[in-house]
Amino acid sequence: MNKQNGGTKLYKFFIYFVLFALAISIVVPVAWVFMASVKENSEFYGNPWTLPNGLHWENFVNAWNKASMGEYMINSVIVTALALGILLVVALPASYALARFKFKGCKLLNTAFMAGLFINVNYIVVPIFLMLRDGNNWLMKVFGQGFLLNNLFVLAVVYAATALPFTIYLLSGYFVTLPHDYEEAAYIDGAGFVTTMVQIIFPMAKPSIITVILFNFLSFWNEYIISMTLMSGMGAQKTLPVGLLNLMQAQQAAAQYGMMYAGLVMVMVPTLILYICVQKQLTQGMTMGGLKG
Amino acid sequence: MKNGMGRNLFLFACVAPATLLFFIFMVLPTFNVFRMSLFERGAYSPTETFVGFANFQSAFADPKFIRSCQNMILMIVVVTIITFGFAIVFASILTRENIKGKNIFRVIFYIPNILSVVVISGIFSAIYKPENGMLNSIIGLFKPEVLADPILWKGERMVMVSLVIAMVWQAIGYYMVMYMASISAVSESLYESAGLDGANRIQQFFMITIPLIWTNIRTTLTFFIISTINMAFLFVTALTSGGPNGASEVALSYMYKQKDAGLYGYSMAVGVIIFLFSFALSGIVNKITEREPLEI
Repeated sequence: MNKQNGGTKLYKFFIYFVLFALAISIVVPVAWVFMASVKENSEFYGNPWTLPNGLHWENFVNAWNKASMGEYMINSVIVTALALGILLVVALPASYALARFKFKGCKLLNTAFMAGLFINVNYIVVPIFLMLRDGNNWLMKVFGQGFLLNNLFVLAVVYAATALPFTIYLLSGYFVTLPHDYEEAAYIDGAGFVTTMVQIIFPMAKPSIITVILFNFLSFWNEYIISMTLMSGMGAQKTLPVGLLNLMQAQQAAAQYGMMYAGLVMVMVPTLILYICVQKQLTQGMTMGGLKG
Repeated sequence: MKNGMGRNLFLFACVAPATLLFFIFMVLPTFNVFRMSLFERGAYSPTETFVGFANFQSAFADPKFIRSCQNMILMIVVVTIITFGFAIVFASILTRENIKGKNIFRVIFYIPNILSVVVISGIFSAIYKPENGMLNSIIGLFKPEVLADPILWKGERMVMVSLVIAMVWQAIGYYMVMYMASISAVSESLYESAGLDGANRIQQFFMITIPLIWTNIRTTLTFFIISTINMAFLFVTALTSGGPNGASEVALSYMYKQKDAGLYGYSMAVGVIIFLFSFALSGIVNKITEREPLEI
């Protein structure tokens, strides 16, 4: 028995060691970036593990102004908010109708959106770009002005459209589980289709809607391939990750380390804050009840 | 109220916008990928000439494309094996053993998954920096000669290793959290009776945990392979741009570069090849991993 205990202790120690190693390999680099963001440029030519010799907040000011990260931040906020808005307005009624009504073509639509789950945006970004560019050229010819490229609203629409299959899949999955009693009770009380959907069904789907918003916020905020392709050229309204990518590439030529890491922090912080809040939200969402009595 | 015009109008209004957006920005472009791969298209004019399978022929004769495919396959195999191996083992340890601070570990392991690939590339650029980089300075503690002659993590020899490390770092937490959920659903009594029968932890892991979450492993494996093809593209574009000398180019980043060069038809032919490859691969994996479902 004693011998076994010794073995168990060693095993426990080994497990903790590996878990700590993995946790450190995640926390330390992230924390290092936060530390580096307040370092002076000359400090990057010495030991990377020394603490900053002062809090050089001017890195953030420089990133915000000189590297236009402030402007990109606003662009990112606009695009993410718009895309989430469009996505919810379009996907919620569609998932509700597809999950709870039988009508001509509903099977075909369900299958089509399911198949859409397997289409990755990275494959179709080139045709989307060409389609918008051709459309833009046509508009130029006819109206003398094109608005399909370098347009935050169009980018938001593309984001929302490409997120539809996943969102509809998630929301329909929830709507299907609801008993039909809810609607029947509402119809008897004289509520119409729209009132029933908006005032009875959608509030119940709140936990699912929050999940949808979370996942899509992260993917819209972090996305850079579509944004890089559709918002190109001089003076384009870049989003934050694309701006950061440019800053990282420019930094190889002119060493502006402090500014670059400040930019990195600016992209990272909103997602980290959201993640910290979500930890609580998720546990609350799970305990929410369904039908009572 | 419950039937007729009103109902149809309501359903149409609900479904039409989503269908329209889905058609314009997903169905049509997907169709176009396949169509355009058969055409030659001028860089600046929308005129197209039909060339049949000429784009595919030049793709298979293109040593750069072949190399990018080899890199992609290497990444799929190595990243998948390492990520899944570690994720399943750690998940089972965290769920089965009485570990203090379980939740903190879970919260930390999930962090890489919420960061943008661009941010992760920035972090790993700092880790891989030859002079005064995090990794070389740590190795320098044990092997001082590294400080004088730094390891070039993004050099031609090491670049694939560096990319694989970054990709595993990003993916491992997500899959661990997922497997923790499925392992905790396995009934505790199974382990208890196995323990009474004298099965040790390793035997329990292979005889109980793995078979019981096999369906979950199988589904995630298929998805992971498809997503690795895409993640490899995101990582390569942000971290190495395919360099040095195309040593880290993967198939999708090669496709994207052809688009930048204005070779749209060729680019789409490459896209079609990868698309079909990923479907075939997930089909094969699905077939190989097929087991009789275990129910207890």
